[in-house]
Amino acid sequence: MSEYIIKNGTVYDPKTGVKGEVKDICVKDGKIVEKVSSKAKSLDAKGKSVMAGAVEVHAHVAGPKVNEGRNYRPEDKLFSYKPGGKNTRMSGGFSIPTTFKTGYEYARMGYTTVMEAAMPPLYARHVHEEIKDTPIIDEGAFPVFGNNWFVFEYLKNNEMDNVMAYISWLLKTTRGYAIKIVNPGGSEAWGWGENCNTIHDPVPYFDITPAEIMKGLLTANEKMGLPHSIHVHTNNLGNPGNYETTLDTFKLSQGIKATNKFGREQVLHHTHVQFHSYGGDSWATFESKAKDVMDYVNANKNMTMDLGCVTLDETTTMTADGPFEHHLTTLNHLKWANVDVELETSSGIVPYVYDPNIKVCAIQWAIGLELALYAKDPMRVFVTTDHPNAGPFTRYPRIFKWLMSNASRQEMLKGFKNSDKVIAATDLASLDREITLYELAQMTRAGPAKSLGLESMYGGLAPGMEADVAVYDFDEGKVASPEDIEKAFSSAEYVIKSGTLVVDHGEIVSNGNKRTLWVDAKVPVNSQVERDVQMKFLKYYSVNLNNYEVSDHYVPNPYVIEVDTN
Amino acid sequence: MTKTITDVICPFCGTLCDDLIVTTDDEGKKVVAVDNACAIGAEKFIHSSDHAHRVTRPRKMQDDGTYKEISYNEAIEHTAQILAKAKKPLMYGWSSTSCEAQSVGHEIAELCGAVVDNTAAVCHGTTLIAVQNVGIPSCTLGEVKNRADRIIFWGCNPAHAHPRHMSRYSIFPRGYFTGKGHKQRKIIVVDPRCTDTSSLADIHLQVEQGYDYELLQALRAAVRGQPLAGDVIAGVPKEKVYEAADLLKSGRFGVIFFGMGVTQSLGKDHNIDAAICLTKDLNDYTKFSIVAMRGHYNVTGSGQVLGWQFGFPYSVDLSRGFARYNPGETGSVEILKRQEADAIFVLGSDPGAHFPMQCVKEISRLPSVAIDPHITPTTEICDVHVPVAFVGVEVGGNCYRMDNVPIEARKVVDPPEGMMTDQEFLSAVLKRVQELKSN
Repeated sequence: MSEYIIKNGTVYDPKTGVKGEVKDICVKDGKIVEKVSSKAKSLDAKGKSVMAGAVEVHAHVAGPKVNEGRNYRPEDKLFSYKPGGKNTRMSGGFSIPTTFKTGYEYARMGYTTVMEAAMPPLYARHVHEEIKDTPIIDEGAFPVFGNNWFVFEYLKNNEMDNVMAYISWLLKTTRGYAIKIVNPGGSEAWGWGENCNTIHDPVPYFDITPAEIMKGLLTANEKMGLPHSIHVHTNNLGNPGNYETTLDTFKLSQGIKATNKFGREQVLHHTHVQFHSYGGDSWATFESKAKDVMDYVNANKNMTMDLGCVTLDETTTMTADGPFEHHLTTLNHLKWANVDVELETSSGIVPYVYDPNIKVCAIQWAIGLELALYAKDPMRVFVTTDHPNAGPFTRYPRIFKWLMSNASRQEMLKGFKNSDKVIAATDLASLDREITLYELAQMTRAGPAKSLGLESMYGGLAPGMEADVAVYDFDEGKVASPEDIEKAFSSAEYVIKSGTLVVDHGEIVSNGNKRTLWVDAKVPVNSQVERDVQMKFLKYYSVNLNNYEVSDHYVPNPYVIEVDTN
Repeated sequence: MTKTITDVICPFCGTLCDDLIVTTDDEGKKVVAVDNACAIGAEKFIHSSDHAHRVTRPRKMQDDGTYKEISYNEAIEHTAQILAKAKKPLMYGWSSTSCEAQSVGHEIAELCGAVVDNTAAVCHGTTLIAVQNVGIPSCTLGEVKNRADRIIFWGCNPAHAHPRHMSRYSIFPRGYFTGKGHKQRKIIVVDPRCTDTSSLADIHLQVEQGYDYELLQALRAAVRGQPLAGDVIAGVPKEKVYEAADLLKSGRFGVIFFGMGVTQSLGKDHNIDAAICLTKDLNDYTKFSIVAMRGHYNVTGSGQVLGWQFGFPYSVDLSRGFARYNPGETGSVEILKRQEADAIFVLGSDPGAHFPMQCVKEISRLPSVAIDPHITPTTEICDVHVPVAFVGVEVGGNCYRMDNVPIEARKVVDPPEGMMTDQEFLSAVLKRVQELKSN
């Protein structure tokens, strides 16, 4: 494999504590090394910023609902198509790009690892087929557990060993990475057209509460010592006044310490918190509760979160929170797709236009940014848009601009049609903090990598780590206009993925050597769970057990993380 | 000793049964028995084993209309040449093959600027358009089995077209919340004819041919409790419409299955718009879903692979170097009618039997190749016929069920010696096309 030396760049690396020092970064055999031979290819980074490849902690980029979104929104492809090139396939789509475009666009922004946020286990093969067709970036996928009948029954009977054995089996069967929980209990209730709006609403028939589901899975996750913590999207998403439900959910983790060998410190990751930080009791009184939410997060080191920033675009919402999407279609009357999945989950899709002229949308925009600006520990608060729910991931550079430039935020705030109302309902006008490049590296690299239990591989530039490096034509000391920030991060100067140069001056030059990460958690043989699985498949599933597992050839280049929980 | 293979996937219809038990002879070469399958599915396994009556090498049509055997290499060269030379080749079919093969085919199409289209063009394409108009509230077939107490079959006849659908998923199975099976379910069949499916119905709405849209909208009104004008609506007495509406609303979980009777009759996608809106309306009262009765075992998969690679489910025109989708313009039938294609490639489908005569004539006029294990009307009008192994019998691969659930088909026996699979053949063509295009 080739060697590279990235010369004279200004390095920002929270992993090694380098805050904007001019340094050389050496790459050999796919890893960061101390030094390279004289044959190494030299990349000039003088006056440029050098960071590790970014890590996406939560995005919907592959799988049944993403693809339904593509297929049922031909309009999303308008004006977005690019022909193929020497190293690229043709690619298109805005909020739900094709798999090829997903890989290319992430790479061009310097992202090298991406986690698909919700994989219905029955559709795992589909998710992996798409991941296989997404070039360059390393990916993993989180199977959903929060509405699974096995989990309900074992937790209700307090059978923790069985929960763990089932989690281990499902992670292996679906080649999954972590425990995802979406609207626990509520998505099952949606099977009957109902929902769980607080964490204490019992799930119809199963007689268990969302709080019990989350607490149970959290306990199992820590007993197993998985790389990532439980990854939660709690109940009551998107409703005015829902911040109380959010805080109730956070409190489930209070005082619990993480147990694992991966350097992870949190026991709960809450995703797209923007959608869960609303005050008021109606759309008229809708307001930000970002401060209340962040006060809790700042005070409790055992949790991490990501933002879910609204980017004020026309986008496509999609989630395993089926009842929410039905609620949304009754609000905006746009086309509604829904898929309930037997024994496992539900899901829905609705296009959405975040119109800056609409007060609620502008407040949502402000909340996403407020959460980041209130964060005291950027190692625990990560930038996402919950792609494509609050906006497409291709807007990350714009979010960086808003976070790094108070002027650009104030300009936006003043430009809204309902400017006064938006300013009154949020704190953003009074927040003059500007996120530094070092903090940005924490929020997009070191932080998410650590939260995922991958801090020894990704998100840093220490020798021995994966050679995922991004070089941006950006000098923190010489920013003439906020637009420079967006421009620089939209198109990296160089991106190296696992030691291969994949982006050169914004152009894709290689499709790299992408891998799929999954977690093989070994547990003692559990014949009860084996029998229960067989029985459920015999009686209630519509496919046979022997046709359920994702075969290895759908995961052609796996990176398996083994966890021994014996 | 015979060999038994369990959990075999049936490569026939969109029901994609995955519980077949196939017994082969001692050497594992010939299928001797198929258990659990319907008559059609079983026949697919049995007849593939009859190697004596199969074409096992590519054939080229001579000037006098007879066929001459050619090698696979010659067939690969022929296919690569006609595709590479063409400005706008049509690559049609894809519904009876694996997703892996489709994926290779799409790469060829991209290189050659082809139009890629699947059998939805003359089947559920209208459904896909309707979904693009109004969305689709749906569910997996296991949800139907476990929860549904109201089943509507509209313009479809699963008793014959999807023979095990009713026993596996919709009418008879006993699921988690449906322990009494059939007794717990009410069945409505909407069909102008009396069929074996309608004989099972609690209510058979004998809609007048071509009036599905009217009946659907009347049901929407009746569900909302609005008055209906006239005593007879679309051939159905008004009272019966109200009765059906009440039955739908009174269930806890309902599902509408619909087929070609509504998708390709008068009104086309507008019928499906209305059916989806009815489903959506019913969600204000109870839980309701709608599922298209997809035909070929992997037509759904073709839509999926096209979706993640190009963003559109069918009728994808790559001839301008980027993907365009405009059904009515970029569909196979329209392109053939306008004589716009300059080469034809057919795989895993039989347009010769199902397209309008004008289009069939056009296929026969153009440089062409048909890839199909069988002799079909299409292979008889194409310049070259390339027989391949049966997907789901002689080679595995991923397939998508009508509810989009992916199931990996299994290999049961070897193909006749020396025969290529779809994927092998396409990969060889791709390699050759790359060579031709690089010059």
